[in-house]
Amino acid sequence: MKTLIKSGRVVDPANKIDEKLDILVIDGKIAELAANIDPGDADVINAAGLIVTPGLVDMHTHLRDPGYEYKEDIISGSCAAAAGGVTSVACMPNTSPVNDNLAITKYIINKAQAQGSANVFPIGSITKAMKGGTLTEMGELKEGGCVGFSDDGLPVVDGEMMRRGLEYANTFGVPIFTHAEDLSLVAGGSMNEGPVATELGLKGIPWVAEDAVTARDIMLAELTGAHLHVCHVSTRGSIAQVRHAKARGVRITCEATPHHFMLTDEAVRGYNANFKMNPPLRSQDDVDAVRAGLADGTIDAIATDHAPHHIDEKNVEFAVALNGVVGLETLLPLTLKLVSEKVLDLSQAIALVTCQPADILGIDRGTLTVGAVADMTLINPNKEWLVKADELHSKSKNTAFSGQTLRGYAVRTILAGKTVFER
Amino acid sequence: MAAEEIEILDSDGVNRAITRIAHEILEKNKGVEDLVLVGIRTGGAHLAAQLQQKIAEIEGQDVLFGTIDVTLYRDDLASRNNLAVGLTDIPFPLGDRKVILVDDVLFTGRTIRAAMEAVMDIGRPELIQLAILIDRGHRELPIRPDYIGRNLPTARNEQIEVDFDDRNTAQAVHLLRT
Amino acid sequence: MTVILLRLFIYLELDVEAISMSFNPKHILGIESLTAEEINFILDTAQSFKEINTRQIKKVPTLRGKTIINLFYEASTRTRTSFEIAGKRLSADTVNISASGSSVAKGETLEDTAKNIQAMHPDIIVMRHNASGSCQYLADRLDCSVINAGDGMHEHPSQALLDALTIREHKGSIAGLTVAIVGDITHSRVVRSNIYCLNKLGARVRLAGPGTMLPPGIEKMGCEVFNNLEDAIRNADVVMMLRIQRERQGAPLIPSVREYARFFGLNGNKMELAKKDAIVMHPGPINRGVELGTAIADGSQNVILDQVENGVAVRMALLYLVSGGEKLKGE
Ligand SMILES: [Zn+2]
Repeated sequence: MKTLIKSGRVVDPANKIDEKLDILVIDGKIAELAANIDPGDADVINAAGLIVTPGLVDMHTHLRDPGYEYKEDIISGSCAAAAGGVTSVACMPNTSPVNDNLAITKYIINKAQAQGSANVFPIGSITKAMKGGTLTEMGELKEGGCVGFSDDGLPVVDGEMMRRGLEYANTFGVPIFTHAEDLSLVAGGSMNEGPVATELGLKGIPWVAEDAVTARDIMLAELTGAHLHVCHVSTRGSIAQVRHAKARGVRITCEATPHHFMLTDEAVRGYNANFKMNPPLRSQDDVDAVRAGLADGTIDAIATDHAPHHIDEKNVEFAVALNGVVGLETLLPLTLKLVSEKVLDLSQAIALVTCQPADILGIDRGTLTVGAVADMTLINPNKEWLVKADELHSKSKNTAFSGQTLRGYAVRTILAGKTVFER
Repeated sequence: MAAEEIEILDSDGVNRAITRIAHEILEKNKGVEDLVLVGIRTGGAHLAAQLQQKIAEIEGQDVLFGTIDVTLYRDDLASRNNLAVGLTDIPFPLGDRKVILVDDVLFTGRTIRAAMEAVMDIGRPELIQLAILIDRGHRELPIRPDYIGRNLPTARNEQIEVDFDDRNTAQAVHLLRT
Repeated sequence: MTVILLRLFIYLELDVEAISMSFNPKHILGIESLTAEEINFILDTAQSFKEINTRQIKKVPTLRGKTIINLFYEASTRTRTSFEIAGKRLSADTVNISASGSSVAKGETLEDTAKNIQAMHPDIIVMRHNASGSCQYLADRLDCSVINAGDGMHEHPSQALLDALTIREHKGSIAGLTVAIVGDITHSRVVRSNIYCLNKLGARVRLAGPGTMLPPGIEKMGCEVFNNLEDAIRNADVVMMLRIQRERQGAPLIPSVREYARFFGLNGNKMELAKKDAIVMHPGPINRGVELGTAIADGSQNVILDQVENGVAVRMALLYLVSGGEKLKGE
């Protein structure tokens, strides 16, 4: 089976490619990149005027399956991914039951392979049931397909437990993903602490709740030599710490979400719970720091923290609404916005959602190298479209960008040579 | 559309009308005993003050004088955009008094209906009489004035305006036709 | 009609500004969204209502046939009673509903509760709720008018308005005054509404309290922040003391009531620091001997009972104003 993607602007940061090329796919693998490939008997997809990139990799999603299928499941979540141009997602283990054993890991992988529209890479929990008490069987879980370990949604409160988690995961060469949050400092807060929270009369979450645990975990990574990945950095301070740690050689990576580089806590005015997430939307100063971190390479990946919630969990008083927003279907245009706003160049932007997260996860995706699996996204970078929550493919409609006009989307998403989404 | 403005009463005319009403009030009530004047804000209140002064000139004696705001007694709350409520100021009991309600223009009668209800809420007068500077007709309620400065049949779309000077003395009455 | 109205303005002694404006809000959710002109209009309207409260028959027929539901998720005898009396004096039918617990715990959301109430066709819902933004939430979802009787730590507009009316009565005007507010600023919706209200009316606002009770960024709302009572009340025209609670949401904010009273209670001769004719206010109920020393609680400078009296008039004005005029659905 042959397919030829013709005349697209191919952007493949891992191979430093940014030029108009044809791509020949044979049996789901990249066979050749060259100008003017003779189609022969291949199906031809005309990509003139489009950007062709490796399929996007979202290293931080919550697919809610098993246990919370009313919010999302592997089928709907991977559909949303495909619609957003995302071909690979890593999914967090805070399901019910928690992905802390091989049976759940296998369930996720099998369901995704059988019925999904994207590659799904499970992340196992660091501690059993995410209770912070006992380490999971990381060796077996890694063999079963887990690409890393995290208690995301919760921090590992106990310092020694975190240390042992890092040391143990390092044994098997996989990273620990930290959700850095000091719950005692959050203390019931529901938005970023600062003038806006004060005006709105909402209890604030101070930046130090994130920075303090980030600092501890960086030091533990330094102590243990293990690879630490910091999830959803959102404060000036935690980004500065990552920057310094990298400079002194600590094995550390981190990610930022689109909402943390697009929105500030001003968005909470009006008490719309679709602006409630964890970490919370921060100040302009923090948003600027996230953007600077993306630009100078401190931040290695853009990840959505796609967190579907049912309308009933959001359509309540702000303080009791659940944290999180969906993001798979807005990842691409929001990332491209950083290009149009001259924060990043196109190749940098694409790297942040392809090869760089793939590297952290240790998966063979995110590139168009000859021989690689042909996951590709064909992007119309100029198409303006209105985000309508009701039209999202995700089961949940809790987007923070409803009603906004964004620019750019995937017109075709190709998974191992097969089109899984087209518009 | 230019408005046509016709003078109905000049300041002498107003003064003569008030003088006549004052005499009629005194005659009908046989003097000033138990008499109180209650002006309906805002035009009626000013006229009541003028009436009080006129009665004092004639009788050499002041009658009590209060003002009432009928906004809270009106029947058109839901369709009214101007919701300002003026002060009601009747600093004396109304029980067993003869209340002369005073207003500048009598039209549908709804304001007077509201004013009577307001007066009754404040006390139980012996009687209520109504003094009006201009009666322009078009009554929607069975209300009849006891004292009238001037009867002036009008069309519904015409307007009557009473001009007061900066000391709240009525200076003229105009008919406006648009 | 406009011709007549224009001529009328000239000879009005009172309400000159008031009459020239049209103000018929659908909801009263907070002071933040009101202009100074609108606040003054409400205060003028309330001033007119005060006369009714001194009559023998304290009732006008204005809201005859209207149904007002007082939906209180937090216990509050005072505010609820004040709204109830206000409604009754305007001849409305008032019904009190006390609800408790978070909506999530009950399995019924606030929206469910609200829609149930809406099905009974009230004209106005007066709500107090422990969640900031909950009145806005309700207003966004219901057809009837919503009046905020206190939402979480956000706003308590009727309290700020009755405070303003009381200050205006005692001081003639609010512009140029210095108002010191002392206590648990962080958890006080009264403070937030008062900062908006007093700033809009041209007063200077000072705040004081222990560091645990001063929220970050409060000065951006337009006030000076002090960490001692003495500096805050020095030369103040108005001293507003807040009721103190030792714990809020389980967090210890002060070591002891005793220590709080010593440093932040208005007692002894501290009032000598304020202007000679300064007044003392308190949203009630007071903690005698804590935020107010007995001499001050019983003293001539305190206007707490005037506040209570003005509360009824202000709430009558609010109920009246949301009832009048043609309102668009979802306005
Ligand atoms: Zn997280």
